[in-house]
Amino acid sequence: MAEAATHAAGQGETRRDFLLYATTAVGTVGTALALWPFVHSMNPAADVLALSSTEVDLAPIAEGQSVTVTWRGKPVFIRHRTKEEIEKARSVQDSALPDPQKDEDRVKKPEWLVMIGVCTHLGCVPLGQKASDPKGEFEGWFCPCHGSHYDTSGRIRKGPAPTNLPVPEYAFLTDTTIKIG
Amino acid sequence: MSGEFNNKTIKWVDDRLPIFTMLKHSAVDYPTPKNLSYWWNFGSLAGFVLVIMILSGIFLAMNYTANTSMAFESVERIMRDVNYGWLLRYLHANGGSMFFIVVYIHMFRGMYYGSYKGPRELLWWLGLLIMVAMMATAFMGYVLPWGQMSFWGATVITNLFSAIPLVGDYIVTWLWGGFSVDNPTLNRFFALHYLLPFVLFALVFLHLVALHAVKSNNPLGIDPKGPQDTIPFHPYFTIKDLYGMGVFMMVYLAFVFWAPDFFGEPDNYIPANPMVTPAHIVPEWYFLPFYAILRAVPDKLGGVIMMFGSIIVLFFLPWLDTSKVKSGRFRPLYKQFFWLFVIDCLVLGYIGAKPAEGAYVLIGQIATAYYFFHFLVLLPLIGKIEKTKPLPHSISAPVLKGGGIPAGATAKPMEKA
Amino acid sequence: MRKVIISALTAVGLTAAATGALASGGPAIEKQSWSWQGVFGTYDRGALQRGWQIYSTICASCHSMDLLYYRNLMEIGFTEEQVKTIAAGYEVTDGPNDNGEMFTRPARLSDPLKAPFANEQAARAANNGAYPPDLSLIAKARPGGPDYAYALLTGYKETPPAGFALMEGMYYNEAFPGHQIAMPAQLYEGSVTYADGTPATIEQMGKDIVSFLNFAAQPELEARKALGVKVMLFLLVLTGMMYALKRKIWADVH
Repeated sequence: MAEAATHAAGQGETRRDFLLYATTAVGTVGTALALWPFVHSMNPAADVLALSSTEVDLAPIAEGQSVTVTWRGKPVFIRHRTKEEIEKARSVQDSALPDPQKDEDRVKKPEWLVMIGVCTHLGCVPLGQKASDPKGEFEGWFCPCHGSHYDTSGRIRKGPAPTNLPVPEYAFLTDTTIKIG
Repeated sequence: MSGEFNNKTIKWVDDRLPIFTMLKHSAVDYPTPKNLSYWWNFGSLAGFVLVIMILSGIFLAMNYTANTSMAFESVERIMRDVNYGWLLRYLHANGGSMFFIVVYIHMFRGMYYGSYKGPRELLWWLGLLIMVAMMATAFMGYVLPWGQMSFWGATVITNLFSAIPLVGDYIVTWLWGGFSVDNPTLNRFFALHYLLPFVLFALVFLHLVALHAVKSNNPLGIDPKGPQDTIPFHPYFTIKDLYGMGVFMMVYLAFVFWAPDFFGEPDNYIPANPMVTPAHIVPEWYFLPFYAILRAVPDKLGGVIMMFGSIIVLFFLPWLDTSKVKSGRFRPLYKQFFWLFVIDCLVLGYIGAKPAEGAYVLIGQIATAYYFFHFLVLLPLIGKIEKTKPLPHSISAPVLKGGGIPAGATAKPMEKA
Repeated sequence: MRKVIISALTAVGLTAAATGALASGGPAIEKQSWSWQGVFGTYDRGALQRGWQIYSTICASCHSMDLLYYRNLMEIGFTEEQVKTIAAGYEVTDGPNDNGEMFTRPARLSDPLKAPFANEQAARAANNGAYPPDLSLIAKARPGGPDYAYALLTGYKETPPAGFALMEGMYYNEAFPGHQIAMPAQLYEGSVTYADGTPATIEQMGKDIVSFLNFAAQPELEARKALGVKVMLFLLVLTGMMYALKRKIWADVH
């Protein structure tokens, strides 16, 4: 009667326990699933994913010059390399590289180096695009934030950055136009 | 105190920060009258909706742009491009309506069972403050999508303040941050719309503190006489509240998934245009009764005073109702007038949605007059002249002695409400 | 209890009546049956593609659809290649280029549908002062929604009823509030030749374009209803379990 009300015990205990665990399990799973739309809403939206590729006309870039274009909100370095730079990049021994990669694997045409200009250490933009910029000890690029040195192939040579500057997906549409992305 | 906890970590924390003791005290052991009906579910439901609103609102805010030239498109981008953005927005838009449905039912329940009477006056007041904060939040939230109804709703409602003598125009200009509803207005409404729910949260917390001090009312309106009249909150009311939330979610989500624009206005899918007013400006449904009261008075200041008065009068309810008996169940006369009052509120809501012309004006005026008549004349009077039914001796008494009311009060509470 | 239910129903009824009365405003609109209605409703891809054909060949000469992108056309059943071809048929302005000049290029998937006019003023100037509204949300932005759009598009009468004073440059339409509309009738038997060979009757074209407009206004509809069914089934099970548990826990309370 009334006294029993304060205590919920009895013969149905096992069945009740089973129901309790089952309901708790179903409820927990449901709550977890319900959180997914909230989490997923922070992932890139359809319009962000659809953002078109960038086309770049290479014709105006003279040998030894660089340009920076924007692709997906990030700077992309495009350098028209000189003969010496290409040679320098190709004569390096793998053992001298923290992140070994052949220069041939980083370019589609030797004179055109295309890479994402974001330091692989903590995301700063390295210097070296302008003629007046410091280019670091390996005459490529130099990140002023924490002193990472990149060579003429954009490979990390010295400093805290763990990997080479990444090469984005790109293709030559004609001899002088590329499409990034 | 924390000798109650066996788990070492919990005990360690609780000795330094007694959150587990507090939780146990207020959400586990809290002695609750055992005869609460399902009408008592709506309080926890309201808290649940508030959580859903804050959660969906935060994620919406991550994608919303509070600028007149981008607000409408940013909302449509949420609907079209953001992953599950449509779900977030429809949850939030319909959640607003659900919030008011739940809170209004919660309030009518309080009125029927006299839950505002001593010692629960401050509990009632805090509840009213929550309602006022909700109204402000809802109003400003409705402006954010920057559709036609957003813009004109904002214009009309802010213009209410121009009725204030002498300083009215200055206040309206100050509210707008300009000479019409425009970008500064949208920006500040967004800032406040984001802030107020947290104020609401604090008010809800105080509401609970007050509740746990004076304890829950119950359908009989009499105080528990001892432990035989109460049961611990957990597991009895945790499971009952959770079950109620399940039922509620099905109703709520039915709108979200199959009729998401049911409570909305087509005009709000037209971008705001300060040059063209829609043919019928109607506030959201939950403001309609107050809107009807506003329009019932053919004087600008008078209408505004009446509208605010209709809310202020609720604050005096604990003293306007002179009856010693709380529950409407033992008040045969009050019970009748309670339902008449509910119907009056519905009529006001109906009139609020109608154009102010012809018979609607007269009906609106009568309904408005009755609204105040109910509070200012009927309630004080009924308490004096009413012959109430005898109260049971205790919550358990009717069961034990087969007293004035049918048995099984807790087993099938819905049938007794 | 019954009282409560009755009052609740009255409340819902009054609200619905109020909304309905507000919604009508104009003449009564006949309800149509649409494939996307109901609990499991989905769009008819064929109707959407035919609707796109009508929009792009007829409506698009005056009406913009700013909220739609070419990429959205993949959702109505075109392949990516088909949509790229469709998009490439439109020249859109881009720029500025390295010389600081704007230039045109073929549209891409990520571009919004090309608008017929540069701005509202240009649109008004070309349409005797009337502004052809953007159609992205039109199926949600008018009372009656798709039914109204269908009634409007098929509601033209060559001659207004006797005694009706039709203004110069206006057309008589049964569904339009006030019956005077600045847009002339657009759908005639055979206005378009459907790529899929469907006979282009006025009713068929009306249904197809309204389907497309409704898709434009509610592209999330199919995902919404599909998710809704799953969520509802889950909630039924969970709530049922909670009810059973509630009964069990409360069994010894008297």
